[in-house]
Amino acid sequence: MTTAPTAEAAPQRPRPAPVSARKRRAYLRLMRNRPGRLAYLTLVAVLFFSAFPLYYSVVVASRDNSALGQIPPPLLPGANLVANVERVFTTVPFDAALINSVTVSVAITASVVFFSTLAGFAFAKLRFTAARVLLVAVVATMMVPVQLGVIPLYMLMIELEWTDTLWAVIAPGLVNAFGVFFMTQYLRGALPGELIEAARVDGASTFRIFWQVVMPAARPAAVVLGVLTFLTAWNDYFWPLIVLSSPEHYTVQVALSTLAGGYVTDQSLVLTGTVLATLPLLAVFALLGKYMISGIMQGAVKG
Amino acid sequence: MSLDTRPAAAKRRTAADGRPAPIGPWRHRLYRLDLKASPFLYIAPFFALFAAFGLFPLAFTAWVSMHDWSLLSDERAFVGVENYTALLSDPYFWNALANTVSILALSTAPQLLAALLLAHLLTMRLRGQTFFRMGMLLPNVASVVAVAVIFSQLFGRDFGLVNWVLESLGAGRIDWQTGRASSHVAIAVMVAWKWTGYNALIYLAAMQAVPREIYESAHLDGASRLQQLFRITVPMIRPTIVFTVIVSTIYGLQIFAEPQLFGGAGPNGVTGGSSRQFQTLTLYLYEHAFNRGFEFGYASAVAWTMFAVIVLVALLNYLFIRRIRSAS
Repeated sequence: MTTAPTAEAAPQRPRPAPVSARKRRAYLRLMRNRPGRLAYLTLVAVLFFSAFPLYYSVVVASRDNSALGQIPPPLLPGANLVANVERVFTTVPFDAALINSVTVSVAITASVVFFSTLAGFAFAKLRFTAARVLLVAVVATMMVPVQLGVIPLYMLMIELEWTDTLWAVIAPGLVNAFGVFFMTQYLRGALPGELIEAARVDGASTFRIFWQVVMPAARPAAVVLGVLTFLTAWNDYFWPLIVLSSPEHYTVQVALSTLAGGYVTDQSLVLTGTVLATLPLLAVFALLGKYMISGIMQGAVKG
Repeated sequence: MSLDTRPAAAKRRTAADGRPAPIGPWRHRLYRLDLKASPFLYIAPFFALFAAFGLFPLAFTAWVSMHDWSLLSDERAFVGVENYTALLSDPYFWNALANTVSILALSTAPQLLAALLLAHLLTMRLRGQTFFRMGMLLPNVASVVAVAVIFSQLFGRDFGLVNWVLESLGAGRIDWQTGRASSHVAIAVMVAWKWTGYNALIYLAAMQAVPREIYESAHLDGASRLQQLFRITVPMIRPTIVFTVIVSTIYGLQIFAEPQLFGGAGPNGVTGGSSRQFQTLTLYLYEHAFNRGFEFGYASAVAWTMFAVIVLVALLNYLFIRRIRSAS
């Protein structure tokens, strides 16, 4: 679709008179913004490369290691998945890891959504001194690489006696600047000022307004922010790896890395763990993926 | 919950009095207080928690970096810039810096270019639009650990699928992990695979804001779709491009999981290969802070240097792209 118009345009230039059927089709396609065959082919190829590594992890996870040495390598799932899953659970406390990851991700998601809505409401709809400056500060902190503060953060966790507990993983994730910014933007557009004024006239306190007017109005954005936050929390690796030391406290990602980091790498075992760690996310994605897409796109336009 | 029952109770009381409640000075003051204090109360949790677990640790890193500070000893002697001079004379640090920049460049540039082209395709009225967008975002759902594990398998020397494909195409096998360049390529592929679709969606959002009429007149002037992308779309969404370049750079400079897990078994993970051929800065930091000796002072110097590099690169990006803008 990119070559057709140029190829036509070059010989056309000297005599612009008869418009070829091909060129007219290209023009109409552009007017209607319809893609050509090449566009679809490219997109299908991209989809293939997006999905294939995930598919291949299922292939490896459902076979035993000897099958991986075959030539040509296996490209279809085998029958060993259940046996491999059992081996994962006996090799590392993967059930504990799953529970830990769910605990951490749910706690962080609930907290981020709540505090972001609260702060977003204040920034979007309440008037107070230095509001603009503080909002700029929020946006600026989105760019701060807080991961580089791990050493003092670790020392702080020692002081609090939180090392090797889930608190240490949850605490740094309780709020984030993106959430506040995202909610501010959303509430600014979605929440009519008259609604708040009316509630005030009725004698509602600010918190009551927040609870009964703002929270329901924020629900669509809360879903988007919740999905994005859950994914980020579930996939976090660097900090949990540092602060968690006993296998029964590991999150899924850390447990997975210990599977992969053994001296003898058992590929089908490791990839079975990967499939298990990714499956819950794929379920979330299948259900709520379109919210994620709208979240990323909204964040982009405004950010 | 306890807060929101109180005004209701107060209202009921005035209603029982049977006359429109005159706002007493006490209630008035409470109302004023609610109006004035609430906003600060609502933004306070964010700022307090961010300060405690984000900003303070980052700032305190600078202080730690000027001490001979180890977890294993209680003595914390002030050493000034000694950690930094030691760092700058350590060839392994420069090695890690070079590796990081190389992986960053190899992943970011192709990834953002591909994302631009993809977004361009996605702006068209496709059948199955949501399907394509979701497919594009699929890799982003997988964790960095999962991505690293899966691609380490694909890039395996003996049983990796990539080498099998190369061999059946008549090219030789590549020992991806051993070579410096090849390991960087493998790691860059992991990063690009995870983030291309995500960036494409960000570009798509920006492109949708560009008015269609501009393209129609460009088409009448004989511009191909590819020319339209680079002559019209790119200049119009430049702020978004700047944003993604900076974010990708900040992310890329802190790459950790991919090289660590690519190194796989035992100590090779932390050193980024047996000859440190793909050790990144964050791996180097991790090695010193948490893997041997808990040299917090020295590792903090690494962190603070990385911070400086990130600020510098972000600034350079910004200036560079602003120059292009003023030139065109």
